[in-house]
Amino acid sequence: MDSVTKDLLGLISDMKEGSEGAFNIRENGSCAGVKSTKHIRIEPKPNASGIVIRISGDTKHETVFIPACVTRSGINDLAYNDFIVEDGADVIIVAGCGVHSNGKEETRHSGLHHFQIGKGAKVLYKEKHIGTGDGTGAKKIDPVTDIVMEEDSYMEMDTMQIRGVTETTRSTTAVLKAGAKLIIRERLLTDDEEKAYSDFSVTLDGEDSGVDLISRSVAKGNSYQEYKSVIKGNCRCTGHSECDAILSGNGIVNAAPALYAGHIDASLIHEAAIGKIAGEQIIKLCTLGLTEEEAEQKIIEGFLK
Amino acid sequence: MLELKDIYWNTPEGEAIVKGISLSVPEGKLTVITGPNGGGKTSLSKLIAGIYRPNGGQMLLDGQDITEWDITKRAQNGIAYAFQQPVRFKGLTVRDLLELSAEETIAADKLCSMLGTVGLCAQDYMDRTMDSSLSGGESKRIEIATVLCRKNAEIMVFDEPEAGIDLWSFSNLINAFERLKTESGRTLIIISHQERIMAIADYIAVVADGKLKSFGSREEILPQLLAGDRSSMCPVKTVEKEGC
Repeated sequence: MDSVTKDLLGLISDMKEGSEGAFNIRENGSCAGVKSTKHIRIEPKPNASGIVIRISGDTKHETVFIPACVTRSGINDLAYNDFIVEDGADVIIVAGCGVHSNGKEETRHSGLHHFQIGKGAKVLYKEKHIGTGDGTGAKKIDPVTDIVMEEDSYMEMDTMQIRGVTETTRSTTAVLKAGAKLIIRERLLTDDEEKAYSDFSVTLDGEDSGVDLISRSVAKGNSYQEYKSVIKGNCRCTGHSECDAILSGNGIVNAAPALYAGHIDASLIHEAAIGKIAGEQIIKLCTLGLTEEEAEQKIIEGFLK
Repeated sequence: MLELKDIYWNTPEGEAIVKGISLSVPEGKLTVITGPNGGGKTSLSKLIAGIYRPNGGQMLLDGQDITEWDITKRAQNGIAYAFQQPVRFKGLTVRDLLELSAEETIAADKLCSMLGTVGLCAQDYMDRTMDSSLSGGESKRIEIATVLCRKNAEIMVFDEPEAGIDLWSFSNLINAFERLKTESGRTLIIISHQERIMAIADYIAVVADGKLKSFGSREEILPQLLAGDRSSMCPVKTVEKEGC
């Protein structure tokens, strides 16, 4: 593992040498380290680049790290990872991706994650993305997340793009069966000429299933963001989506949230707000002694916290 | 000492709001600025905080000309300001705001004491977000707390601190102002219509139609107000009750 990878690992996964638990570290398309535990088995995926992570029903509050780093420019890394979470498991999955480039070529990581979450299982999925290096080539991260949630399962997705990703296309689809609950928290920061495309599609197929999707983003510089979400309620269910964005400089946000209620007892709500930081917020923090620049930074930090 | 010398302020549309006010604010004392609605009190307080820039006149702090100082510089030099309408923040918690104000990490017991002063239970509020989930009264009391916890504040300006606050908390607030007045040696400027706040003032300034109509000790001015036009004064009223 090179030193850049070690630095990236700290930024995206808080993983340190000697961390306990199962892990698989992907570096420039290859495996830089793997460890299974009694309850969490990690195996190479047959016939494709990627891994299969099997989480047994006996897993309780265990953490598995699966970070991916691309540290050489010009690499186009594609990984297919399957997460099979057995009935009753309780697991924390720390993913995350860092792309580092000092070259002119485009550097890219695409992670295609498929989750099969068993009955009554509980998953906390944390994912951070970052681009580093002073290369002029594009740094791209394109995660695709596909989730199937069985009865009474629970999943919380906490995803964050910290900085430096030239372009990202983030696609998330989920199908929920009876009693399943999905919480999604997306935080996104773009600057300069960066572009970010987020696309969520959640289908509530089981009685009393529910989703709560909150996306918060800040578009600075000349960056561009596109947000799409569709929540489909096909039964008695609850769905809430909220997309809030702060504009700074010449940032542009194009948000298109959608709700589809296909059943009389589907209860779906959407909230959205896009705008620059309110002048009165800056003024209030200035009355506490902050400069305008410090005030804006604090407001953005709080917003994306 | 804060001195206002012939201060003028017009709205961006050109309407004259403050029309040549001169006032030497007594140091270490509580001065209430009162007067009818629309008379220029809030504008005057925003001029002191640097939120508005005067169109004419001069402002001195301990003899130094601060007329051109911006909000930040005034705050860093000891002028603290509590808004009449508190500002909401999505994402910043009560603790975040108080720590920014105090310029330090605040221990739970100290946070409890700060919020207790304004009638809020810290455990219930410190991790709450300063957004629209807080009622008007709650956010108003937190706004006041952000000024009370500023360590370097030599001059504290409160714009209608009573607005939106319930009777019980209002009594607490009166006590807090009295303690500040007697124990801290700080200069307090309170924009208010409240008879109970005027009753604890050292000095009262009456501002109407953008001008300083009268200024003097409480003993001198309050009887005049009580005997004459009381349209600028309010009795205490119960609004809402929160906290523990």
